[in-house]
Amino acid sequence: MSEDTAPTDFTYQPSPDQSAATPVRHPVVIIGAGPVGLAAALDLAKRGRKVVVLDDDNTVSTGSRAICWSKRALEIMDRLGVGDALVEKGVTWKKGKVFFGEEQLYAFDLLPEEGHRMPAFINLQQYHFEAFTVREVLKHPEIDLRWNNRLVGVDNKKEGVTLTLETPDGEYRLAADYMLAADGARSTTRRLLGLDFKGQIFKDRFLIADVIMKADFPTERWFWFDPPFNKGQSALLHKQPDDVWRIDLQLGWDADPEEERKPEKVIPRLKAMLGEDVEFELEWVSVYTFQCRRLEKFRHGRIFFIGDSAHQVSPFGARGANSGLQDIDNLIWKLDLVLSGKAPESLLKSYHEERAFAADENILNSTRSTDFITPKSDASRAFRDAVLDLAREHDFARKLVNSGRLSLPSTYSESGLNSPDSKGFIGQMLPGAPCADAPVTFDGKKSWLLHHLGGDFCGLYFARSDETAESLAQLRGSLAALEVPVRLVPIFPPGSDVPAGALIDSAQLMAEARYDARPGSFYMIRPDQHVTARWREADPQAIRGALNRALGKGLVAAEAEAEQEGTAA
Amino acid sequence: MSNSLKSEARLARPDDIYQVLIDAHRDLTADQSQAFNSRLVLLLANHVGDEGVIAEAVEAAGKGL
Ligand SMILES: Cc1cc2nc3c(=O)[nH]c(=O)nc-3n(C[C@H](O)[C@H](O)[C@H](O)COP(=O)(O)OP(=O)(O)OC[C@H]3O[C@@H](n4cnc5c(N)ncnc54)[C@H](O)[C@@H]3O)c2cc1C
Repeated sequence: MSEDTAPTDFTYQPSPDQSAATPVRHPVVIIGAGPVGLAAALDLAKRGRKVVVLDDDNTVSTGSRAICWSKRALEIMDRLGVGDALVEKGVTWKKGKVFFGEEQLYAFDLLPEEGHRMPAFINLQQYHFEAFTVREVLKHPEIDLRWNNRLVGVDNKKEGVTLTLETPDGEYRLAADYMLAADGARSTTRRLLGLDFKGQIFKDRFLIADVIMKADFPTERWFWFDPPFNKGQSALLHKQPDDVWRIDLQLGWDADPEEERKPEKVIPRLKAMLGEDVEFELEWVSVYTFQCRRLEKFRHGRIFFIGDSAHQVSPFGARGANSGLQDIDNLIWKLDLVLSGKAPESLLKSYHEERAFAADENILNSTRSTDFITPKSDASRAFRDAVLDLAREHDFARKLVNSGRLSLPSTYSESGLNSPDSKGFIGQMLPGAPCADAPVTFDGKKSWLLHHLGGDFCGLYFARSDETAESLAQLRGSLAALEVPVRLVPIFPPGSDVPAGALIDSAQLMAEARYDARPGSFYMIRPDQHVTARWREADPQAIRGALNRALGKGLVAAEAEAEQEGTAA
Repeated sequence: MSNSLKSEARLARPDDIYQVLIDAHRDLTADQSQAFNSRLVLLLANHVGDEGVIAEAVEAAGKGL
């Protein structure tokens, strides 16, 4: 096995739980070892929590699925220890072109901004993503990953969840304090609980092909409207590692999915696109119809829905797996604090609030892109074509062309966990926003801000000019003494005399450009690297209040609600 | 500051403008007319550039339909 790949097939092993007389109880059980379930398990293990992961299969994902992983998803995976492997194997890209007919309408560059550890996007086959993540999972003794364990029954009670699993050795039962349903868009859990998955289907079909070829197209996302090789429809070309290329060809609603999948139909289509003499092999071909929909509630009693089981989007914008990873980033620290008794149950309520808000944002964006690519009415098509025609000459119209608004993390600006923003701050880092990365120096070495934030609550503190080791020690002590400790992360401007353990804003990007900070400014950062409060100075009283709010103490107890649903389900 | 949609007469020579609009469609098929109108709406909407005004115009245009 070479360095840059990881195993993709695994073997079923019976667990002692299967022969227990009564269902063995675990604090957390995750259904589904897709990207989202695996990441959730890693996050729990990082916090020292034991977790059981059950998957109905014994391989990583097959077929054409996610390829684009966003900067925020990579930052999360970096926190979980897989970031470097993904980036190393993946194809880093940031540029794209949009064509109309034979003409290029415009070119874009996603992240001209320097000073982020992670690229704007990488392309990597979902099976590689999962294989690297499983490899990391297997290093953690806290994670009990069981292949060929299919969920077939669930009893969601106020006092706990009882699951029925089907294995090659027959059925058995397990009990869990909490269950995370990461069982994908066709979620068994959802079906067993009888929950609706509401939204819209787009009346269109897309041929998605992964093609192996040696080609010298640039590492860019190319999107065509009405190309000569696929008249009246759209097309996408995007590079993946191992000389694999992703090709999407819009077929229209009337296309016959069975026919269109056949190599004798697919190969001529691809030749028309790539050129008669380009040699290629088909890795995978499927015909998809896309939808955007979500569960009304992401939490039902002791069951949490994460990833595609909670929300599904069309792939234009790469908001599926990327947003699922943000779900777990959001949920796991909360679950950990509640399990350890450091935060009230009500904290868990904020998971639905924050992530349903994010899902709506993703659904809105994906729906708009899909409506642009597949107009639903004559008028909608007339406007779409008008935009494309005008885009040739008019800059404003290029901004209206929508071939996918690529995944960006949500700012939980409405979250009940936030404290009101202090007056006078400007910029993006308002309460609810995910922290922007920046280069820093730590212990004389180059480092990145995000490596020093997250995991636990942090106080990002911009040191005063008269800061001393004593004044810092005092602040550090008062933060550490809080009910849930807040870890002080002091940062100094370059050239200052820096006490051990402090960061230096080495590129001078942080203070002004990214955080609008002045000497003395204090940002309180949640374990998922989202800002929850900020002030012009570190006032212990205010910090205590903000911490309480961020721990969900201000939210109405979720218990009554959970109880009701638990029994209803 | 958001302005509101101006409903008072603003065209110095209303008949001329009206004719310009009609003439533009003279040799167009129904589909071409729809394409033309769509482009015109987009160009004007961008020129107006004020979300509030555009929303008001959209509402006014839809009245009774
Ligand atoms: C063509 C296409 C392109 C896409 N492109 C992108 C992209 O570029 N970027 C992006 O972010 N997303 C993309 N997506 C979406 C992405 O694939 C999904 O969002 C992602 O797979 C969701 O991960 P998940 O872990 O929630 O669910 P899944 O990956 O579906 O995993 C669910 C897991 O649960 C298991 N399971 C199911 N039922 C049971 C059961 N009863 N018992 C036990 N286990 C069970 C399954 O075997 C599976 O392993 C794309 C999707 C498609 C179809």
